Amino acid sequence: MNKKSKVVSYNKWGYIFLIPFTVIFLIFQLVPLATTIYNSFFENYRSGLTQIGPNFVGLQNYGTIIANGDLPTYFANTMIMWLMGFIPQILLSLLLGAWFTDPSLRLKCQTFFKTVIYLPNLIMASAFAMLFFTLFADSGPINSMLLQIGVISKAYQFMSHVWTVRTLVATMNCLMWFGNTTILLMAGMLGIDPSLFEAAQVDGATSTQIFYRITLPLLRPILIFVMITSLIGGLQMFDVPQILTNGTGDPMRSSMTLIMYLNKHLFSKNYGLAGALSVFLFIITGILSLIVFKFTNSDKVK
Amino acid sequence: MDMAANATIAGKKDNGASVHARRVVSYVVLILISFLCLFWFYVLFINATRSNSELSLGFTPLPSTHLVENWTNLRNGTLPIFNGLINSLVIAILTAGLATYFSAMTAYAIHCYDFKGKKFMFTFILMIMMIPTQVTVLGFLQLIGKMGLDNNAAALIVPAIASPAVFFYMKQYMDSTLPLSLVEAARIDGSGEFRTFNQIVVPLMKPAIAVQAIFSFVNSWNNYFTPALVLHDDTKKTLPILIAQLRSADWLKFDMGQVYMMIAFSIFPVIIVYLILSKHIVGGVTLGGVKG
Amino acid sequence: MKKRIVSLLVLATMTATMFAGCGGSDSANTEAPADSAAAETADAEVAAELPADTGKVLNIQCWNDEFQSRLKSHYPGYEEVDATHGKIGDVEVVWTITPSTDNAYQNNLDEALLAQESAAADDKVDLFLVEADYALKYVDTDYAMALSDLGITDADLADQYTYTQSIVTDSKGKLKGSSWQACSAGLIYNREAAKEILGTDDPDEVQAAVSDWSKFNETAAKAVEAGYTMCSANDTFRTYSNNVSGKWVQDGKVVIDKNIEKWIDDSKELVDAKAESTTDLWGDDWAKGKNPEGKVFCYFGPAWFFNFCLNADDPASIAGQGGWGYCVGPQSYYCGGTWICAATGTDNANLVKDIILKMTTDKGILKDIAQQDADCVNSKSVLAELASDDSGNLDLLGGQNPYKQLADGAEKVDLSNISAYDQGCNEELQKAVKNYFLGNATKDEALDMFKKAVVEKYPELTAE
Repeated sequence: MNKKSKVVSYNKWGYIFLIPFTVIFLIFQLVPLATTIYNSFFENYRSGLTQIGPNFVGLQNYGTIIANGDLPTYFANTMIMWLMGFIPQILLSLLLGAWFTDPSLRLKCQTFFKTVIYLPNLIMASAFAMLFFTLFADSGPINSMLLQIGVISKAYQFMSHVWTVRTLVATMNCLMWFGNTTILLMAGMLGIDPSLFEAAQVDGATSTQIFYRITLPLLRPILIFVMITSLIGGLQMFDVPQILTNGTGDPMRSSMTLIMYLNKHLFSKNYGLAGALSVFLFIITGILSLIVFKFTNSDKVK
Repeated sequence: MDMAANATIAGKKDNGASVHARRVVSYVVLILISFLCLFWFYVLFINATRSNSELSLGFTPLPSTHLVENWTNLRNGTLPIFNGLINSLVIAILTAGLATYFSAMTAYAIHCYDFKGKKFMFTFILMIMMIPTQVTVLGFLQLIGKMGLDNNAAALIVPAIASPAVFFYMKQYMDSTLPLSLVEAARIDGSGEFRTFNQIVVPLMKPAIAVQAIFSFVNSWNNYFTPALVLHDDTKKTLPILIAQLRSADWLKFDMGQVYMMIAFSIFPVIIVYLILSKHIVGGVTLGGVKG
Repeated sequence: MKKRIVSLLVLATMTATMFAGCGGSDSANTEAPADSAAAETADAEVAAELPADTGKVLNIQCWNDEFQSRLKSHYPGYEEVDATHGKIGDVEVVWTITPSTDNAYQNNLDEALLAQESAAADDKVDLFLVEADYALKYVDTDYAMALSDLGITDADLADQYTYTQSIVTDSKGKLKGSSWQACSAGLIYNREAAKEILGTDDPDEVQAAVSDWSKFNETAAKAVEAGYTMCSANDTFRTYSNNVSGKWVQDGKVVIDKNIEKWIDDSKELVDAKAESTTDLWGDDWAKGKNPEGKVFCYFGPAWFFNFCLNADDPASIAGQGGWGYCVGPQSYYCGGTWICAATGTDNANLVKDIILKMTTDKGILKDIAQQDADCVNSKSVLAELASDDSGNLDLLGGQNPYKQLADGAEKVDLSNISAYDQGCNEELQKAVKNYFLGNATKDEALDMFKKAVVEKYPELTAE
């Protein structure tokens, strides 16, 4: 009896600890979100300084988006560029994480390397894109270097070829975020009891075995976090391609991402279409995240 | 017996040689990566030393002589850069503090307690994470306008209390490192729930808090999109807005040298904050861990 | 909460929506301020008697500190307090500076003007600045005051160039803004290259070789033979787009003008022949031509361009060696400039009137601006004066006095065909057609891309 009432009184604290988050969330996120979804059923935009609508149009905004058929293209662009950046990023991070935690490697200057890898993330995306522009300009240093070595005979226009633009976007994303991922993984590895590694070593496990048998399984929760947040971040990819292509997604919108498309509607404060688009985005993100969750949690039973 | 011993010795030798090879490989890769990471700071520094007309002619690997000149021009210009620095610092520090502390608290609530609607809350918060900021920003602006928070830094700081991604990380981190037995032990010792959280859980979460504090700080520091829509007075603006303002200066005053100088200027504080906080995460595997 | 927001929105926009249907392409806002009827009658008289100023604060909206520094150095009685505050007599001047990056300036101004009626007296916008490409978005509404309502007469403005007035004349023919700049633009050529290609660097003879587009294209062909690039296709765009025969938007429909088509076709030919590049303006590649090694024949631009954007301070640049020349080029056009508009509802009408008059019509002040700040000012007589003596000679133009050509050009600029959609249409067209120039799309595909982008930007338009 006494025990039971104690449990209940503890669990009450669960609600109390949730209050700040919930209150702030309800005010600053749920209200704007509800407005967004609500708006998706209206014709509602600005023409110059004149407000058009809101006039209720039902599902017409959704119809418009489906009818012009661009959404799958931009979705594909987004996923392609995300994967091109994310795969090297996660592999690199895992590799670095494994090296840094491998006791048999005993790398020197670890602190230096661990510190340096996050630095690119400190530069604003717009400044980073400015630097990339300068370096990859038709008459920029990369081109003149390639010309000098003799790899190419005339300046290569990096910004006018589909795959070079996508590669540049992916490279920038990878460079900016691999340090972030590595830090997340390392912080997770910090939480692993070092005696586990020692014990494994004493038992004669190779570093590969330690990595696959101990580090990876214990890292699972953090790995899931990295996968999901990267996926969501990838689907929300915006500033790098936006700035690199000056908002055009050139050539011929082959590097236009979903949020860049959404951003086009913000120019005219088109709450209606933008609202419908975000509902689509929300659904897409939800489905993909669910897949990742199911996939990574499938053998948790062990 | 003899053969077995030989085999182990041979095995060890092999192992030693392969460790050596792997070490070489990892050093080469690490040095290459470090170069790729540091190169951009070098370019920024070089560009900050060059005049506007030199900059318009493209990149050169050698510094020029206009470093001091760019700095004096920037300082004597009309933009309140030190004001901006302070605004950015205040907003970023408060954002990082609120986001990490309250996310840890929220994560703790879900991790440690059993209550009705817990599963729902967790799923719900994850779903919020999937909403792009660009979408809700329109509704957000309407809202803060009605609340009278327009042109007020609080509109950028307070919402950080609900940071789903930070929460998610904290939750995952607790899953892998925070044993409930620890909390039980504290309860037996007579520690109140709030005290347990502040004095036992928060210190244990240090690496996670440091990581997310850095990320939140940097995010807030580099954020242009929302602050540009919320802050209007020059004295309230953050550095990224001032940089954008510098870039849209009129022709008489347009000076990329100053722009690069300003970018360099605005990166310094983040580097310092990063170096301070990073001690908690990059210190090495042996430092952390939940013992007992 | 949700409901309340929406109902407020509905209320605020009801009137606007009711009239939107018959408004057509004219986005004239129908939320007429209460005093517009009174203003109309005053209009008929010569000079309206303005009510005495009651405002203690003069709010100015702008995107950089250009106008602020002009006011500081030329308006009598302006005292600077700090970067965003000043004083004129007892009136406090408050500057709201929002960068134009990401359209932030216009977004901010939109909100300020829409809230104008309900704003407290000290928060009401009094003056705001606009650029030509989107001027009509504001001018063609009741948020901007007609100059006649301020008591500024045609006689006051007689010395200004007509084109600077057509940019800020609304669909009812009312003038609603004024500028101190006349940014007529022309062709700035590399004298060395002109000698090599045409055998002369004399402005008149070079002008003869580029006096219309077919001559320009012939010269371009010769430039290629001599190892030069003429310019970027984007350089010539404004020259074509200023000389269209109809507006971008007619009856709610996007129309691609003959002259725009001509730009696309001419440019494609020149790009394919390597006579023109496709570099984006202001980029590194485009800027190469500022030095002799860049091998570029010409740039297109107004006075501020050659004064501030050709790196005259660098001795290695063409400008540093005095190696540029200036002529009017194939067609007259303008580029840039800032217009001052008075916001309806201002409580400092007399001060606003005085600022507009002093800064944009006072010959003494305009001459000072021309000489101190190297602005090409909006005054026929001042420009004529500068053209007639040697004080207008510029080192970077090899001693040439460009004011004669600048004044001639400004006289010929004809902007009867601007619309409120120019900014979006011009930007999107250049971006889309670049794909065609580079061979990534056919002309039709590129134009479809353009139409798609315009409709995204302006949902009220159709493009088929």
